[in-house]
Parts: sequence; C-alpha cells; structure tokens
Amino acid sequence: MNGLISTATATFTATAFRASACPERLRSLLERGLPLTERPWRALAEQCGMSESEVLVWVERWQREGLIKRLGLVVRHHALGMRANAMVVWDLPDAAVAEVGRQLAAEPAVTLCYRRPRRLPAWPYNLFCMIHGARRERVLAALDGIVERHDLQDVPRRVLFSLKAYKQCGGRYTREKQP
Amino acid sequence: MAALDSLDRRLIDAYQRDLPLCERPFAAMAERLGTSEAEVIERLQALQHDQVLSRVGPVFDHARAGASLLAAVAVPEAERDRVAAAINRSPGVNHNYLREHDFNLWFVMTAADELQLEARLEALEEELGYAVLRLPMVAAYHIDLGFPIPWDELETP
Repeated sequence: MNGLISTATATFTATAFRASACPERLRSLLERGLPLTERPWRALAEQCGMSESEVLVWVERWQREGLIKRLGLVVRHHALGMRANAMVVWDLPDAAVAEVGRQLAAEPAVTLCYRRPRRLPAWPYNLFCMIHGARRERVLAALDGIVERHDLQDVPRRVLFSLKAYKQCGGRYTREKQP
Repeated sequence: MAALDSLDRRLIDAYQRDLPLCERPFAAMAERLGTSEAEVIERLQALQHDQVLSRVGPVFDHARAGASLLAAVAVPEAERDRVAAAINRSPGVNHNYLREHDFNLWFVMTAADELQLEARLEALEEELGYAVLRLPMVAAYHIDLGFPIPWDELETP
C-alpha cells in the first residue's frame, strides 16, 4: 500500500513539474531555433522532457495565441546584401500618430511600424518605421513616395540609416540558463 | 553576399513563415519544392552557417514573450566599438546597430519581465558610463510576416 501511495505521489509531482517547467524550457530552446535534423521537434522534446506530440501541441497553441508571430526562416537581411536599412522617425502630433502609423504600416516598403514615447528634449520623435532595401537611393525614393502619398511634407522626420550591424539575433525572454 | 541559387531563394521565399508544423517539416518542405528532405536540411545548414539565416524557428511577439525595448546611446566615435562590444555582451541584448545620428548605437534589450529589463538597463548604463535612451513600444501598427526579398534589386550593381 505504501508503495502505491508513493508511486502516485511521484506521478503527481512529475505531472505538476511537466505542467509548469517544461513549456518554459521549450520556449528557451526555441528562441535559439530548431535543430536542423529530420525530426527537429523530437530532438527538442528530448531536451525538455516532453513527447514530440506535446511539443507540437505547445507550438501550435503559441501560434494560435499570437505568442509566436511567425514560424520559419529568420533572414539576416544584411548578409543577403540588403545593406540599406533605414529607421525613419517622425514627430507627429499625438492625435495623428495612430492614423499615420496605420497608413505607413500598409505601405509595402515599410517592414515595421511602432509608436514609442518622446524623450524630451533629446528625442522628440514618436513614430518609428523601418524601410529595408539593397541601396540607399531606393530606400530614399520609397520614402519620398510615402511622404507624398500621405501628405507628410511638414512633419519633422529623420532618417537613420544603419552603418553596421554589431549584433542581430532573436530575443532571450526566458529565465533559463543559456546552454 | 553569399551565392544563393534558385533552391535557396525558393526556400527563403516560401518559408519565412508557415513552416509546416508536423513531425518531419523539412520533408514536407522538400515535397513542395520538388527536392529531397536531405537537400533541404543541407541547404538550411549552409544558409545558417553563412549567416544568411539567423535561425529556423519561431519569432516571438516581443510584447507577449516578455519585456523588451528599443534603446539608444550617444557615444563619441573613438569609444564606439568598445561600447558596442560591451552592449553585445550584456545579457538580453539582441539587435545592436550603428546608425547615423548623435544617438549612434541602437539596440533591443529583452528580459523575462519589466523588473529584470530595468535591472539589465541600469547595470548596462553603469558599465557603459552613458545614459541609455529608453523607447518602449506603445503601439504596433505592422504585423511581421517576413517581407519578400527583392532578389532583382540585390543583383543590380
């Protein structure tokens, strides 16, 4: 009888552990990318004490919930020769920023568009968008078109081209130790 | 730029998102692209090795995955590479770019939560000896789907 109880307790403890610790471990592993082998999910499963199907269920759920925005090849644009990477910042009236943000986001040349706080006096800009391209002239031409289409000639802006990528990798959000 | 052939490009064009979620994703990709699973794996390994890909896997939503913010420091040119290296070493930093502005080093700091994020920023500020401009995201207007690579434009000299 005693043996039975302790087995049940052990099973319960293991289940509780699996419910909390493993998804976090899986996320931490996923931040570094999939192993490039025939059964990548199984390889990850082995490293975090889950089954392959459990791993697939978690990833499917995170995709559905929006924690994972996309799953696929994460390209380093700089290495591909897309060296012109402009962060365009705008100083818009607060009342206009959301509308302009949505307009810019719909532009095909714009790859990211975020509102951020001003930090006066050093930093007056409250809307950020990214435009990537092979060459500076193309990016600037795309920007001219955007300014004209949305009547933004009078909005103070700065174009911050990147000159060098010191680092470009995925985020590290989990508390897991880096292996 | 690394020499990419048509299969490399088709892989990138087809799979910046919607990697098949199944036991053998690379076999499923191979089938669609008319090649073998081994070939897909080999190409992905080579692209990763050549740093064309930073990884194959998920892109997490910064806002939901934990805490993150865009940060910048204004550093004299002579100090730049030293400070950039210190930023790179700092835990939680992913992107770190040199840009054309007085605020010349731009990086993204990530952490499990806001508390850890601020602690990381304060520790970094102390180490660098420069104030860090903190620019958290207030609203996102764009969904990151991995934008199409303009191959033609890249080939024009």
